[in-house]
Amino acid sequence: MANGKCAVIGDRDSILLFKAVGIEVYPVTDGEQANKILHRLARTGYAVVYVTEAMYPACGETIREFQGEAYPAIIPIPDASGTQGIGMNAIRENVEKAVGLDILSNS
Amino acid sequence: MALQYKPTRMELSNLKKRRTVAIRGHKMMKDKRDELVRRFIILARKNKSLRVEMEKKLGEAMQNFVLARAMMSGNEVEEALLYPARAIGIEMGKQNILSIPVPKLSLETQDGFVYPYGFATTGADLDGAVQALAEILPLMLELAEVEKATSRLADEIEKTRRRVNALEYVMIPQFDEAIHDIQMKLEENERGNTSRLMKTKEMLAKEA
Repeated sequence: MANGKCAVIGDRDSILLFKAVGIEVYPVTDGEQANKILHRLARTGYAVVYVTEAMYPACGETIREFQGEAYPAIIPIPDASGTQGIGMNAIRENVEKAVGLDILSNS
Repeated sequence: MALQYKPTRMELSNLKKRRTVAIRGHKMMKDKRDELVRRFIILARKNKSLRVEMEKKLGEAMQNFVLARAMMSGNEVEEALLYPARAIGIEMGKQNILSIPVPKLSLETQDGFVYPYGFATTGADLDGAVQALAEILPLMLELAEVEKATSRLADEIEKTRRRVNALEYVMIPQFDEAIHDIQMKLEENERGNTSRLMKTKEMLAKEA
C-alpha cells in the first residue's frame, strides 16, 4: 500500500472548498489548461483526480490515455452550478459498451 | 480471407490440432465474458447509486459554500481556506478482478475534524459546507474506486467479446473449411490413384 495523493481540478469558485478538507486544488479557467494539468498530475502518481463537469469534456484526451491503467482514477464531479449529468452519461456509456444496451436507466 | 495451406496429411493434422485449441479457447473466452458481465452489472449498479448519492450531497455542500461566499467577502473566504487543515492521506492499493488490476482506495483515518480557520471572520454556512464535504470524502473515494473498476471492466468486456466473436465467426469456420478442403483433395487423390492402378492392371492383363 503506497500513499496516494488526491487533487481537484476546476473553476476557482467550485473547488476552493476542497482545500478546507486537505485536498490539493488546481484552479483553471479553461479546458485546455485543465487538460494540461490533469496530464501532469496523472503522470506524477496521483491516485484520484476529480474534475468538475465543466472541464471534464475538454480532458478527453488524457482520460483516454490513462483509461487502461489502474491509476489515476479520473472522476467527474458536479460544480457550483450543479450537475449536468456528465458523470451519469459516462456510466451509461460504460454499460452500453459492456452489455450492448442500457439496462440501468429504468431500474 | 481463406487460410493458405497445402493439401497434405501433415497440414491436415496440424489444422485439426489448431481447431481444437481454438474451440477450447473460445469456450474459455465465453466463460470469461459471462463472468465479467455478471460482475460488471453488480459494479455498475453500485456505481450508479453511489454517484446519485455523491452528486446530491456534494451539490448541497456546494450550495452551502455559495451561501457562505455571499455572506463573507471574497478575501475572507480565501484567507480562511488558503491553508489546509492537513493533507489527507489515501491508501493506494491494487485488487484484481479476473486479473484486471483495479484501484483500491481507502482514507487514512482522521482523528476528529478541526476547522482550518478561526471563527471570527467566518459564518456558519462555511462551517456547514466544510463539515458536509469532510463527511462525503469517503463516499467520493469509494465512488472513484468503483467508477474506475467499472470502466476497466467495460473495456475488458469489449475486448473479450471481440475475441469470442473472432474465434466463433472467423477462426473456427476457416479451420473447418480448410480441413474439409484438404480431406476432399486427399480423397480425390486417393480415387485418382485407385483408378490409375486399375487401368495399369487392365493393361498388364491385356499384354499377358
